[in-house]
Formats: sequence, structure tokens, C-alpha cells
Amino acid sequence: MSVVLDLLSVALLFVGLAFLAGGTLGLVRLPDVFSRAHAASKCDSVGAGSILLAMALQGGLAFGDLKVVLLVLLILVSAPTTAHALARAGFRTGLKPWTLDSEERS
Amino acid sequence: MTTLLWASATAILVMAFVCLWRADAGPTVLDRILAVNVAGTKTLVVLVMLATIAGHAFLIDVAIVYGLLHFVITLAATRFIESGRLGAAGPDAGEAAP
Repeated sequence: MSVVLDLLSVALLFVGLAFLAGGTLGLVRLPDVFSRAHAASKCDSVGAGSILLAMALQGGLAFGDLKVVLLVLLILVSAPTTAHALARAGFRTGLKPWTLDSEERS
Repeated sequence: MTTLLWASATAILVMAFVCLWRADAGPTVLDRILAVNVAGTKTLVVLVMLATIAGHAFLIDVAIVYGLLHFVITLAATRFIESGRLGAAGPDAGEAAP
């Protein structure tokens, strides 16, 4: 049982690290704030969520790990809300989304 | 296992510093808010990893407070940039002219 929990935990850890690396790459490389918010919200919800679940499995399913699960639920609520608020603020303050046309014109 | 966890925590910290580059270079203020938010989420993950590795259970409570603070701060800052004020007082709150 412990070996199964460890394997599941390591798999979740590597999935989370891959998503965090992809989100960081998107935050650095993508062209405008909308696409960056898109990449960063994936990075936050899936990457951080799966790493936190891996840590909860590492703790051996004790009672204190319920707080980590609560933290995962908080991240699953807060990351899309944050991305939506950022994109709405950007759109309403007049930022234009990046397109191929705007790239060719400039 | 502990070595793997330390290596993962170090990698996440390096990614958080890479996010801080965007907070320095971002062309708009929304880029900076987004970068600080992502770096804060990574810091939260590192806090929980430290709680697991070193066995300090109180760090999980610190991480919960950290996550709630980041959520509220980001929402307040984006609302302020969007409509020029905080809160929802007034009949046309949240409906700023585009």
C-alpha cells in the first residue's frame, strides 16, 4: 500500500512539475497579457494542484492532509477567477489581443 | 524520496524567479500582477513541500493564509485597474466605460 501511494505521489509530482515548467515558459514567451493569463492559469490550477495532492499522499493520508486538500480546492477556485479578472481588466482598459495580423503590420 | 522532494522544491523556486523576470519586464501593469500571482502560487507550493519534507505542520496553515491573501489582493488590484476604484459603492459599480 505504501509503495502504491509513493508511486502515485511521484507520478503526480512529475505531472505538476511539467505543468509548472510549461506555465513558466508561457509566461515568459507568449506575446500578450491574454495568452500569458491563459498559460498561467493552467500552470496554477493543474501544476500546483497536482503537486499539492502529491504532498498530501506523501503525508500518508493523515488528518492534517485534509488542509492540503482544502488548499487544492482554494487553488481550483482562485486560479480561474484570477485569470478571468485579469483578462476582463485588460479588455476593458483597451488592450488589443495579439493576432498574426498585428504582428505583420508592426 | 527526500532528495527528490528537495530537488523539486529547488526547481520550483528557480521557476518562481523566472516569473519575477516577467514582473520586472512586463509591458503593462497587468503582466506584473499576473507574474507576481504566479510566483506567489509557486511559493505556496514550496511552503507545503517544506511542511512535508521537514515535518513542520504549521507551514500548511501559513500556506493557506498566503493563498487567500494572494487571491484577495489580485482581485482587488484588477478591479481597481478596471474601474478606477475599490468596492462596489454606487449604482454603476463594475460597469466602467470601455
